[in-house]
Amino acid sequence: MKHLLGLKELSKEDIIKILNLAKDMKTILKSETKKTPHLQGYSVVTLFYENSTRTRTSFELAAKFMSANTTSISVQTSSVQKGESLLDTVKTLEALKTDVLIVRHSVSGVPHFIAKNCSFSVINAGDGMNEHPTQALLDMFTIRERLGTIEKLKIAIIGDILHSRVARSNIWGLSKFDNQITVFGPQTLIPPYIENFAKVASSLEEAVSGKDVVIDLRIQLERQKRGFITSKQEYYKFYGLNEDIMRYISGSTMIMHPGPVNRGVEISSEVMQLPNSTIEEQVTNGIAVRMAVLYLCTRKEGIYR
Amino acid sequence: MILIKNAQIVNSIHDKSEKTDILIVDDKIEKIGKNIEENPEKMIIIDASGKYVMPSFTDIHCHLREPGFEYKEDIKSGSRSAAAGGFTTICCMPNTNPPVDNRAMVAYIKYRAREVSPIEVLPVGAITKGLLGEELAEIGFMKDEGAIAISDDGKCVMNANLMRNALLYSKDFSIPVISHCEDTNLSEGGQINLGYVSTITGLRGIPREAESTIVARDILLAKETKAHIHITHVSTKESVELIKMAKEWGVNVTADTCPHYISLTEEEVLGFNTNAKVNPPLRTREDVEALIEGLKEGVIDCISTDHAPHHKDEKNVEFNLAASGTIGFETAFSVLLTYLVEKNRFDIGKIVELLNHNPRKIIGLSPNVIEEGKKANLVIVDLKKRWEVKEENIVSKSKNSAFLGKILTSYVETVIHNGKILKKDGVLNC
Repeated sequence: MKHLLGLKELSKEDIIKILNLAKDMKTILKSETKKTPHLQGYSVVTLFYENSTRTRTSFELAAKFMSANTTSISVQTSSVQKGESLLDTVKTLEALKTDVLIVRHSVSGVPHFIAKNCSFSVINAGDGMNEHPTQALLDMFTIRERLGTIEKLKIAIIGDILHSRVARSNIWGLSKFDNQITVFGPQTLIPPYIENFAKVASSLEEAVSGKDVVIDLRIQLERQKRGFITSKQEYYKFYGLNEDIMRYISGSTMIMHPGPVNRGVEISSEVMQLPNSTIEEQVTNGIAVRMAVLYLCTRKEGIYR
Repeated sequence: MILIKNAQIVNSIHDKSEKTDILIVDDKIEKIGKNIEENPEKMIIIDASGKYVMPSFTDIHCHLREPGFEYKEDIKSGSRSAAAGGFTTICCMPNTNPPVDNRAMVAYIKYRAREVSPIEVLPVGAITKGLLGEELAEIGFMKDEGAIAISDDGKCVMNANLMRNALLYSKDFSIPVISHCEDTNLSEGGQINLGYVSTITGLRGIPREAESTIVARDILLAKETKAHIHITHVSTKESVELIKMAKEWGVNVTADTCPHYISLTEEEVLGFNTNAKVNPPLRTREDVEALIEGLKEGVIDCISTDHAPHHKDEKNVEFNLAASGTIGFETAFSVLLTYLVEKNRFDIGKIVELLNHNPRKIIGLSPNVIEEGKKANLVIVDLKKRWEVKEENIVSKSKNSAFLGKILTSYVETVIHNGKILKKDGVLNC
């Protein structure tokens, strides 16, 4: 595996390989020293064109725990501000002997574009509305850890499906394991042809009832002005995971959210604190999954390069 | 003198000849008949055995990028590319820098074309000054200087009142208004067709109504004003249905679509292929079928290439930053043959209507016909030749073809314009 661009093109076997390796990596995370030599001598660069705390830090810590030399490029203070093209930035990073580039960008397909134009490994840390593969992998890891399986489950994804790269990666990844996926959100945020890949529920109650997992998505509040949603209050009432809707959710249903959370918009603080909620666990598991991905991207068939 | 031997002439759907010879003297077809005597010392002899001879093509919608964007294309390179594809009359759109929105700019294009172009270049003037959609350009002056139509192509005239006035005003000068139908409120931020592919790639979609609502608007405006509206680069099923209805109403409406819209679908964009990023976007199989039916029934009158050259640096970028458009001159004929004639959707004679008779009629020109006494404007095509579209074989300055890597059947082998050989046996001589 040279690149991780998305889960759409990743095989079921590769996903299992990553999840199994992440389990081993999690034992390293639990150890006191949290240090392994797996990436010693490798240069890992993060290039984030969008703001991020958890994903960027998670990747950086994952690389550091494995002894890589890490560098973060802040787009706000880089040559991008002088008008340098992405292609030229890529060529510069290549000349600087980058081994792995972790990239986040607001445009779908940017990691694919970079991968076509470079010799180093590219890991997609979120591209536009396309994919966020490591988020979906950590979601799958968390589900498997809690429920013992990622196969034949009933899973609901709630919220802004149209703009969500997390939803897409989860749909592509989870669909490979014979899961039943249901989506729900305002009609303005349901993309066309999604019924080819998931059942579209007609109410929040229907969406969450009888599910093993409910993945709640983040709403970008600026979408309010573009006519997709009307107000935070109305969204919370009709699409939010609040105490009322918990009547339809059993005690064993996992409640997940990729974060950061808009409390009182997508989900209430009370629901977040329920034992069903795995939001913090997901963050920890994210490091383990990213360690596994970094390891696999720097290996040729499991042998040191 | 040029003698074409063993030619099978296709002048229209109903006019296919037996094998015959064609003698060209100076710029005219002197004689058509069997066994015209050969004189190798005085004649260039071309053997057309097993090939078809057709009138050369006319394109009513292309971009030559001069002035302002000569790094993409210029009048000379664009004309050569057109000649390579069998086009000997082309109409270039006014979205240059500065735009062609006044008589001096029309005169400039005509002057440059006379200097450097091996074929006929006819300028299209702008509808509005600066293509800004605010004030009508001097349509009468531009027509006087040689503009054959007006269009703000690349942009839609969003102000319906201004479009209505453009239609009314154009009637005084008997000049068609070529409309780029795109409601920019609906298409804003969109990169590809809104549908299956936009959902699975996460690229922002442009809803099909962005085109069809303006098609409906412009049809209604043309109905009331009784002006000639030409809807260009039609891409959706709904637009075809609306144009059909308008023709039944008796509206003075004509339309064209492009080779890429009748052959490729939105799935070309999978893998973030920026060469398949065009505006309007590639649509679905259902749209492709509707467009082909529209062509068959005469709802869509002709094919234009919308030859839109862009530099490599404008395509090898992030998808949202990539320029929209594909080049088209050199593949147009072969695409029509490969996707329509080869698949028995059309007879070869229909291609003559789509690339010669009908586009010329729309801009008020008589058709090129292969007859004694007429100007020698013709192409010789090999319907059996299979070729791969490769960057290194493209004549245009730009290589941004949506068909790169595709295998096409049929090839424009020889091109003659006003008695001059521009291309012979696949080699360009101009």
